Amino acid sequence: MKPELQDIRSQFPILNREVNGKKLIYFDNGATTQKPIGVIDAESQYYKELNSNVHRGVHFLSTQSTIAFENARKSVQQFINARSENEIIFTKGTTESINLVAQSFTSLLQKGDNIIVSRMEHHSNIVPWQLACKGRGLELRVAEITSDGLLDLQQLASIIDDRTKLIGIAHISNVLGTINPIKEIVAMAHSNNIPVLVDGAQSVAHLKIDVEDLDCDFFAFSAHKMYGSMGVGVLYGKEKWLEKMPPYQGGGEMIKNVSFDGTTFNELPFKFEAGTPNVAGTIALSEAIRFMQAIGIENIGKCEHELTNYALAKLTDMGNINLFGPIQNRSSVISFLLQNIHPYDAGTLLDKMGIALRTGTHCAEPLMKFFGINGTMRISFAAYNSIEEIDYFLESLHKVKQIFE
Amino acid sequence: MTNIKERSDEIAANFSVFDDWLDKYNYIIEIGKSLPVFEDAKKSPSNLISGCQSQVWITAEYRDGQIFFAGDSDALITKGIASILIQVLSGASPNEIINCDMSFIDRIGLREHLSPTRANGLNGMIKQMKLYAIAFKSKHETII
Repeated sequence: MKPELQDIRSQFPILNREVNGKKLIYFDNGATTQKPIGVIDAESQYYKELNSNVHRGVHFLSTQSTIAFENARKSVQQFINARSENEIIFTKGTTESINLVAQSFTSLLQKGDNIIVSRMEHHSNIVPWQLACKGRGLELRVAEITSDGLLDLQQLASIIDDRTKLIGIAHISNVLGTINPIKEIVAMAHSNNIPVLVDGAQSVAHLKIDVEDLDCDFFAFSAHKMYGSMGVGVLYGKEKWLEKMPPYQGGGEMIKNVSFDGTTFNELPFKFEAGTPNVAGTIALSEAIRFMQAIGIENIGKCEHELTNYALAKLTDMGNINLFGPIQNRSSVISFLLQNIHPYDAGTLLDKMGIALRTGTHCAEPLMKFFGINGTMRISFAAYNSIEEIDYFLESLHKVKQIFE
Repeated sequence: MTNIKERSDEIAANFSVFDDWLDKYNYIIEIGKSLPVFEDAKKSPSNLISGCQSQVWITAEYRDGQIFFAGDSDALITKGIASILIQVLSGASPNEIINCDMSFIDRIGLREHLSPTRANGLNGMIKQMKLYAIAFKSKHETII
C-alpha cells in the first residue's frame, strides 16, 4: 500500500524550510531530488561509526566498511535486476559512467567506425562521445527527433550501417520528458549486433528499471537523482562487454599486481574502480533504494503521472504558453515557455515566490537549436510533490504574467 | 557632472525606498526600459557577454577621456541590471572604471545576482566593461 503523501514529505527535512520568506516549492527534481532522512542519516552514521577504507584492511572497521559497501552493490544489482554484482560499477555519476564507456569501449573500435546518439541527449551523452570520436577517428551520427519530441525510429534505422558500433540513448529526455522505446531500439540495434548504452539519469527515480528486460548493454545513472547522495553513480554493463573493455583509470584497487615490467588488472567490477570510492554515499544509495521500494516505484510513477497530467492541463488552459515534448507517454518533466516572457525573468521572480525550477538550455543545446529557442522553463516532479504545490505554482506563474504584461 | 560614487549612491538611494522585492524588480524592469534603443546590427556575437542564460550585448565608445556604454538584453531583468551598470559607469574615465568599487550592487540588494551560479551576466557585464576600460586606457592614454 502506498504511504500517505504527508508520511513521504515528513521524511524530507528540507521541505520544511523557507526560501525568500516563502515555503519552499521544489520543482527542480530533474536536476537533483531532495534527500530523505534515512539517506542523510546513513551518510553521517558511516562517518560516525564505520569510516575506514574499503577492500584493503584486515582490521575490523575496514572489514565492516567493505561489507556495507559490497552490500550496496548487491542492493543496486537487485534494484535494476542485473545478473551479477560484477556488472555493477560504482562511479561518481551518470556523466562518469558514460565517459567510462566512451573512453574504454571505443578503444576496441577501428578508425572509420561510427557511434550514434540522439538529438535529445543531455550534453553528458554527447560530449564524451565527441571527445572519444575525435581521439580515435570515429564518426558521431545523430538520431533525429520529430517535432513532437519523439525519436524518429525510421531515421535511426537509416543511419545504422555495418560500421555502427554503439547507440547511446536517453531513457527519458531531461527536457521533453519523452520516454524512449528502449526495447524497440535495443531489438533494432541487436539485430545488427550493435550494443546500446542507456542514459538512465532521468528514468531511474520514476520507472521500474529491469536491465535484463530492457536487454540494454549499458545503463548509467546517478544516485542523487533518485533521493541518494551526490557524487555516486552506477554503470551497469553486460559482463561480456566489461570483460573485453580495458580499464578506464589507473590507480589503487583496480590492479592485481603492479611492477615496472607490467601490471595485471583486478577482476570485475574492481577493474573499473580505481581509487577510494565515495563509500558513505554508496552505502547511502542502498537507503535511497529502500526509500523508493518502501513507497513502491510503480506508486511513485503513478503519482507523478497524475501531477504531470494535472499541470499539463492547467498550463494549457492558461494560454499564451508553448509546451515542449509529447502529450502522452511522458515522464514528469515539463518544459514550457510563456509567450513574450524570457524564462530567466520568470524564473527569477518565481524564485522570489519560493519556487525552485530550472531555466535555461538544460545542458541540451542541440535540442534547443532544433526547436529554435534559447532555453525553456522546466518543472519536474518527485514523490513528495503535491497538487497544492502545483496550484501555488500556477497562481505564482499567473502573477509573473501580470508583472510582464 | 557626477562621478561613479555619486551616481551609484543615487541609484542605491532610489532602491532604498522599496522594501518589497516585487516593487524592486518592477523598478529594475522600468530602468531597463529607459535604455536607448540598441540597434539590431550591434547585437552581434562579438558584443555578446558569454555565460548568461539571457543574451546581453554591451558596446563602448571612448570620447575625450570618457567611456560611454550602450547595451541591451532579451530578458527584462537582465536589461534593467545592464541599464543600472551603464548609468553608473558611462561618462567615467578608464581609470575610474578600472578602479571602481561595485559595492553599490550590494546596497541595492542585488548581491544575489553576483553569485556565479545566477548566470545572469552581472559578473560578465562588469568584467567586460572593465576590459573595455583597460583597452581604451592602453590605446589612448599610454605614454609611449
